[in-house]
Amino acid sequence: MTKEIILAGFGGQGVLFAGKILAYCGLIDDKEVSWLPSYGPEMRGGTANCSVCISDDTVGSPLVTEPNIFVAMNQPSYIKFIEKVQSGGKAFIDSTLVSKKSERNDIECHYIPATQIAEDNGLQGMANIVLLGSAIKETGLCAIDTIRKAFESVVPPKKANLIDANMRAIELGMAY
Amino acid sequence: MKGNEALAEAAVRVGCKCYFGYPITPQTEIAAYMAKRMPTIDGGVFVQAESEIAAINMVLGASASGVRAMTSSSSPGISLKSEGVSYMAGSDLPGVIVNVQRGGPGLGGIQPSQSDYWQATKSLGHGDFQILVFAPASVQEIIDLTVKAFDTSDKYRVPAMIFMDGLLGQMMEPVTFPELKHNQFDKSWACNGHGNKRKHNIINSLYLQADQLESIVLERYKRYETIKQELHMAESYLTEDADIVVVAYGATARIVKSAVVKARSNGIRVGMFRPITLWPFPIQEINKAVESCKSVLCVEMSTGQMVDDVRLSINCSKLVHFFGRTGGVVPTPMEVFNKIVELGGVN
Repeated sequence: MTKEIILAGFGGQGVLFAGKILAYCGLIDDKEVSWLPSYGPEMRGGTANCSVCISDDTVGSPLVTEPNIFVAMNQPSYIKFIEKVQSGGKAFIDSTLVSKKSERNDIECHYIPATQIAEDNGLQGMANIVLLGSAIKETGLCAIDTIRKAFESVVPPKKANLIDANMRAIELGMAY
Repeated sequence: MKGNEALAEAAVRVGCKCYFGYPITPQTEIAAYMAKRMPTIDGGVFVQAESEIAAINMVLGASASGVRAMTSSSSPGISLKSEGVSYMAGSDLPGVIVNVQRGGPGLGGIQPSQSDYWQATKSLGHGDFQILVFAPASVQEIIDLTVKAFDTSDKYRVPAMIFMDGLLGQMMEPVTFPELKHNQFDKSWACNGHGNKRKHNIINSLYLQADQLESIVLERYKRYETIKQELHMAESYLTEDADIVVVAYGATARIVKSAVVKARSNGIRVGMFRPITLWPFPIQEINKAVESCKSVLCVEMSTGQMVDDVRLSINCSKLVHFFGRTGGVVPTPMEVFNKIVELGGVN
């Protein structure tokens, strides 16, 4: 089974980074993975998104149009993708920034005030990771050890001091 | 690793010493990577040229001196390079040109596209000539074909193109680098200084005597015939029992594969044929792949530039249908699946 994931938000919220962490989690768990960023006009100040595929078999199309896991970090992204989530899929929505609620009852929506949680805990800018924590918990994507290894692989050495903060953000997301 | 970065690293590892480029989305990561990497290798040269035209002519010069050289660009930039490529072909110089395609014509857009197929396979510049065209479909294959492009370009003294699109360039996938060695080819023709120890070499594409030029062009076309015999690569996927064979290359083949898997699970007998070399087109392989099918569907991120090559290669023995999106729109597996269902219904 292929986990087809879209992470979307404003440029600067770290959706590409969060996607990269997920891809590395898959890689560490010996899965086939792909990571494809949007690089169009949206990168230049609008909404950014990325597609991540994690699969037991070779990844076909790396471009996800109908995700089974969707992470939304702002309202425009939520509106753009929520109707495209596959039936039975799961959505993780930063409810600090997205005021809408989905009326779909064939998907599972998790509303997490991720930006608020991050700020309350002195983890400004890590709302993306809080959401990731929730998504990993609810989808059973990977083990907590795997996530730490993924951070260690992606975060450059001079920023290694941030790994613990990221792990705290993951735990906060899992605990919510 | 990102497709663009994997390509650059593979080039370095296979002995590329000179990279000349000019930034353009969506291939700028190649230049950015080379800017950091080239100074770390012995004899490595990175130049951000003043224009695409300058960059390709620097490749021509470097190649004339016998070193492995590369340039990269995206569609509008490749058009600018076309004069230089023609001069390289006319001078029998190897060299690797990367096209990470975006939507066109004109400045077009910056999203993935395959609308330079005709340019790459038919007419990248004036005059009677061909270049080798390799179309990878994954980041791993980008590495493998970069190696192949340098080797075959040196072997046949023909410029080679790595033909990708924005999706492949920007995508990140896990890769492994094989043990790469720089295969040495005869470069006794190179203009690299001779200290009066041998007759000097001349590299030139100007021949004012018509019959002399004709014989040089014909000699080159003999070489092209050899290349056609020796260099044809393709992948066939579930084609043996297929009623419909979908033909696609590059990133589009990835999307088609997803659609084929979906159609198979719906009981439709469909397969995929993926040319890996676009010039020479893998004629034998495609004929084998479509042998027992009823119809062929060509899927591209263009208005259907490969359709003619498919029809000619199979001598119109099957009906060839087309589905494509263009301008930077990437077709979805669902769209391709629907088209397969539509054709499945016809048969």
